Amino acid sequence: MAKGVAITGMGIISSIGNSVEENYISLIENKIGISRIENIPTVHADVIKVGEIKKTNEELISELQLSENNNFSRTAMIGALAAKQAVENAGITSINEFRTGLISATSVGGMDMTEKHYFDYFEKPELVKYITCHDGGDVAEKIASELGLKGMVTTISTACSSAANSIMLGARLIKSGKLDRVIVGGTDALAKFTINGFKTLMILSDDYNKPFDNNRKGLNLGEAAAFLVLESDEIVAKQNKKVLARVSGYGNANDAFHQTASSENGDGAYLAMKKAFEVSGLKPSEIDYINVHGTATPNNDLSEGRALLRIYEDEKVPDFSSTKPFTGHTLAAAAAIEAVYSVLAIQNSVVYPNLNFEVPMEEFELKPQKTLKMKNIEHVLSNSFGFGGNCSTLIFSKS
Amino acid sequence: MEALKEELKNKIITTLNLEDINIEDIADNDPLFGDGLGLDSIDALELIVILDKDYGIKLVDPKEGKSIFQSIETMAAYISANRTK
Amino acid sequence: MTKKTYINGVGCISTQKTFDTVFLEEAVYNQNETVLSIVSPVYKDYISPAMIRRMAKGVKNGIVASALAMKDANVENVDAIITGTGLGCIEDSEKFLKNILDNNEEFLTPTSFIQSTHNTVGAQIALSLQCKGYNFTYVNGAVSFESALLDAKMQIEEDEANSILVGGVDENGDYTLSLFKLAGRIKKENDLPSEVLNANSSGVIYGEGASFFVLENERKENTYAEILDVEIVNTLEENEIENTIITFLKHNNLQISDLDAVVFGFDGNSDSDSYYRNLSENAFAKTPQLYYKHLSGEYDTASAFALWMASKIIKTQEIPEIIKVNSIEKPAYNTILLYNQVNGKNHSFTLLSK
Repeated sequence: MAKGVAITGMGIISSIGNSVEENYISLIENKIGISRIENIPTVHADVIKVGEIKKTNEELISELQLSENNNFSRTAMIGALAAKQAVENAGITSINEFRTGLISATSVGGMDMTEKHYFDYFEKPELVKYITCHDGGDVAEKIASELGLKGMVTTISTACSSAANSIMLGARLIKSGKLDRVIVGGTDALAKFTINGFKTLMILSDDYNKPFDNNRKGLNLGEAAAFLVLESDEIVAKQNKKVLARVSGYGNANDAFHQTASSENGDGAYLAMKKAFEVSGLKPSEIDYINVHGTATPNNDLSEGRALLRIYEDEKVPDFSSTKPFTGHTLAAAAAIEAVYSVLAIQNSVVYPNLNFEVPMEEFELKPQKTLKMKNIEHVLSNSFGFGGNCSTLIFSKS
Repeated sequence: MEALKEELKNKIITTLNLEDINIEDIADNDPLFGDGLGLDSIDALELIVILDKDYGIKLVDPKEGKSIFQSIETMAAYISANRTK
Repeated sequence: MTKKTYINGVGCISTQKTFDTVFLEEAVYNQNETVLSIVSPVYKDYISPAMIRRMAKGVKNGIVASALAMKDANVENVDAIITGTGLGCIEDSEKFLKNILDNNEEFLTPTSFIQSTHNTVGAQIALSLQCKGYNFTYVNGAVSFESALLDAKMQIEEDEANSILVGGVDENGDYTLSLFKLAGRIKKENDLPSEVLNANSSGVIYGEGASFFVLENERKENTYAEILDVEIVNTLEENEIENTIITFLKHNNLQISDLDAVVFGFDGNSDSDSYYRNLSENAFAKTPQLYYKHLSGEYDTASAFALWMASKIIKTQEIPEIIKVNSIEKPAYNTILLYNQVNGKNHSFTLLSK
């Protein structure tokens, strides 16, 4: 089995907590973050449920101690908070001491600000500063400046698999010796743009999302940010760092079927998982827990289920669950928060419950883990699939 | 009904951006999806919005669209029977 | 032995006539507009009507440029597709947002939302080629394209892919341009005629385009150049650039005097052109210097146009007058450095050789 790249720090802010500890407690105490939307005025407020971070923009500005004339989008603010937590957790005090990079991920970027002020810019000069915070790159820029990081900074945007791809690239940059440390993850704030976008696709549920349930109606959107610090074994040894877990496998493939729907047999998902196993050198049966993408849309769960059965063939599919009933689907941040949850699962020997599950899907014999389960976890597989057929799988292992 | 059918053909051509197609090219009973005009699931969602915006008919379940959108004929019949605008 | 990365096919759709041409023989330096627009190919020749009807400009340009690159490289399939874009499909983004705001979130249709996701170009290319391999999209301002290039080079070095389609795409959206003008990013009409080399005002001349490349781990007869190295640095002070370049070249066993040409991303913005000016007048005073944003316009992935240009120079061994900053010449043009930055951030260094 390949050793994998060391994870030395994590940071997270989501609808179920503003730190790693808070998120973990919510996961083991069935405390969900899904509710009616509060921070964004929308005509759909009564027919959707979302996983909103329980902080207003004013509170975020205050927490980051930003100046009054700042032009941070909400996406950038939650990203900065999570990244700072991760860097602190990794015990990094001098960010540019070694060759350090930041690989961020986002799908909305600063859209939360853009849509607020879109038609006001011409009349209100004090809002013009927000024009430049719209694009995805600006979010990484803001996070890098908050960290004081000067080295390699870039952003991946492949819809819902974005953060998995950031983690993947980060691992490869360490393995190839191009960087000594890299902060990887993703961030996405809620926005009318995405709420309405998903509404037009008719895949939002007006109720609590039920992944892998035969009566599932769709997803709940969420917002979150999470970052992890990956470091080379050389630096880990040099600085005597504690390794939380390792990124031991990864794979990305394209479904090449349709812009938004997944193929019936989950080709992209299957290929991504297969690749992750190849990279890790692990056998499918060695996985102790699968954190599925499980968005609870009719399409994803069917496609992902089929792909899992193809990977496992005659073997039993390991314990699996989706944590999206807790947090909602946090788009580009999803794979990052689920990476944190995967590491926590390994550290604490738990399999999280797939909440809201009642009736198994009629198409196959797959039942997610319904309750919290304590067991030794050596390896976790985490899936994230996005629009454009972008399918990514990560494997995390105990160090 | 004839006027409605022509209106629908126009709307489909403009909304779905079918540049090379004229009203004469769409027969009332031609299948709109799959083989005939070749529309797909995203086009179905666009048609659902037309139903709502222009004719006041709200479809909650996208699967209902399958029978309604079979052809211009079936669309016109459904709209005539259910329109509120 | 680490595999090497060769540019074996190129395709460029830009604000100049850069397809169906030998090189830049039809290029024109337009100093009378603040925004340059694409010279379009006949999209119908490359994309079916069923697919064209949903595509915005950027996607169409990306598909054509990638098709041209693949034809140029004589390949029908690739193992991976990696793209870079600064603003993504901004036209569809604008459309969807405007509809939301104008109609108070009612009567919205999905097409423009779906098309607005940043990885649409990469996804559409994968769909049309039925390519199920690695597919990434980078969105980070002026290093979006170089991120894609670096990733592709790593894929080849890791022996994960033998052939990769890499591209940089950006399109203009009317409303976004008007916002950029308001924010001072684009030159004012009073600042025309524009001067990209001796910048005398802030702001840039904006452009759009799609440049694609087929990278392979095999040198072939039609190979344009080898990509020796790519580096991305987010923040550098002006007085750090020269040393960064020297170190970068040293890693590749080269010095500035070994370079046959250097391509600078002069964009006419007096606020940040000093990054190049100092190098131009000192460290690179004896090197043939080239520029391109007066032809391509400035946009996040304009540096992909520069790579197209540099690849053509190495292949043809000729430098068109229209892109020369100085009149220094060399007997051969085999090793070229490209340096770009925007507003003092997102610095990228790319090294090519024959």
